[in-house]
Amino acid sequence: MTNATDVLLRGSEITRRWGGLVALNKVSLELQRGTVHAVIGTNGAGKSTLINILSGEIPPSSGSVELLGQDVTGWSQPRRARAGLGRSYQRNTIYPTFTVLENCRLAAQATVQKPWAWWSDAQRCTASMSAARAAATRAGLDDLLAREAGLLSHGQKRQLEIAMCLATKPQVLLLDEPLAGMGAEETERMLTLLAELKSSHAILLVEHDMDAVFRIADCITVMVNGTVIACGTPDFVRNSPEVRIAYLGEH
Amino acid sequence: MNKSKFLFVAAAFVALALWPLTVGQYGVDLVTKIMVFAIFALSLELLVGSTGLVCFGQAAFFGIGAYATVLLTPQDGAPSLLWLLPACVLLAALYALLVGALSLRTKGVYFIMVTLAFAQMAYYVVHDTPLGGGTDGIYLMTKPVLGTLLDLDKPQAFYGFTLACLAGVFGFLTLLLRSRFGRALAGIRVNEQRMRATGFSTYPYKLAAFVISGGIAGLAGFLFAVKDGYVNPELISWHLSGEVLIMIILGGLGHLRGALIGAFAFALLQEFFKSEAIFGEFAKHWHLGLGLSIIACVALLPRGLVGVPGQLAARLSGRLTGARGAPSQEVPHD
Repeated sequence: MTNATDVLLRGSEITRRWGGLVALNKVSLELQRGTVHAVIGTNGAGKSTLINILSGEIPPSSGSVELLGQDVTGWSQPRRARAGLGRSYQRNTIYPTFTVLENCRLAAQATVQKPWAWWSDAQRCTASMSAARAAATRAGLDDLLAREAGLLSHGQKRQLEIAMCLATKPQVLLLDEPLAGMGAEETERMLTLLAELKSSHAILLVEHDMDAVFRIADCITVMVNGTVIACGTPDFVRNSPEVRIAYLGEH
Repeated sequence: MNKSKFLFVAAAFVALALWPLTVGQYGVDLVTKIMVFAIFALSLELLVGSTGLVCFGQAAFFGIGAYATVLLTPQDGAPSLLWLLPACVLLAALYALLVGALSLRTKGVYFIMVTLAFAQMAYYVVHDTPLGGGTDGIYLMTKPVLGTLLDLDKPQAFYGFTLACLAGVFGFLTLLLRSRFGRALAGIRVNEQRMRATGFSTYPYKLAAFVISGGIAGLAGFLFAVKDGYVNPELISWHLSGEVLIMIILGGLGHLRGALIGAFAFALLQEFFKSEAIFGEFAKHWHLGLGLSIIACVALLPRGLVGVPGQLAARLSGRLTGARGAPSQEVPHD
């Protein structure tokens, strides 16, 4: 499982400063295919900054990012996305007035040939249509394809968020709090989905729901104030004295 | 396009085609002018309503199209429509390429201000240099011709030509917005950041929309110059950029029909308040009436004139089912 060629995304010594504030301090991590790597930490620990740097939304002050063996530190976010890096956001970023299918189709369009074709009806683009259907089905939304996305329940919107990621056929998924605000049943469904996706993807999961994290993660990185204080299996992290003091709380 | 929208647009174009048969010279002239502004409004609708780029310098492209028409017309003999029209559209599109390439690096209010600044720059070039005849403007000596087929000097022929241009632009934009390119623009309007995370390099899409929009505005400018046979710096001023923005807001953003309806509503309101037969002495204060009625429209019709049938239907069904039981038409916020 820890075969070096299976490392799909690697962040090395990533540092990010905002003026005098060090939001991330030499953070390194590796994402392997077939694993869920969770990043936990209090609010302000730098988890979202980390995702933003890995996905290319903001550049690091120093350090590098490697995707599928290539150094992508200087690449723009769209270019990284086309190379196989998908991300979801903490808030819903679905297109509320489009149907579920059109949300997925538009995402899939990014990876088809000539996504800018201006002469033919987008609905007739078979490549993006079939990718969209497959992604929606995978995320459990196949009954809701024609529903306007704004009318979905919160849990379904989070599922759609994942479906839009999948529509671009990424190999690496960076998921920013996919379980936020979900009920017990919806959480179960999402965890089942993540477990299914794990076999074919490398998944980075930023999440506050500790029960879920300790159930599904193969590896957990704990961050405090932009620094990694522990990284290892759930058991290792659970028993780490530093983590107990800094984050989980002594009890 | 669903059935009722299609019927509305088809009926509107049939009515426009029949219009010259029923009215005199004044009516033909008025509607020709409105159709030119409708083309202009459609160009801005592509940016504001479809892509979410609020451009406050659209008059620059209109004015450049108009000035190019006059300046490119040779002293001797009538130029052919076949080269003059594309040349004017191209020049406006080229200026849009320049303005877009620089202004699209900014966002929000800064974008609005930068587009305004570029338009004012063009304004002062024609206002303060001998190039375009200064504040007096310049006259178009001979109107372009298309062999012996089309004489744009005849009001009826020009009306027909303008209507054909309007239909062409409307059809082109309808196809464009349904295409993959158009859907990408729609995605950029709603959430550009998400589009980038999905893998779209959004800058070239926005720039392409900007250039197409500039070219269409240039076409409108060409038609305006040929119609009036006279151009002046006011065609590039920010007043006109503002007016066309009001047209599409009045009509309803996000719909091509909105630009058509808005251009007609704006011009007809203007005619109404300017009418001495109705307002007598007060007609010279027509700006006041026009302004107040626009404020009323924006306050009472949040989705513009295009949204009126929907608003009426919602109110009617609310009355039938009782206000409390009426289903909400609004998309709930996240």
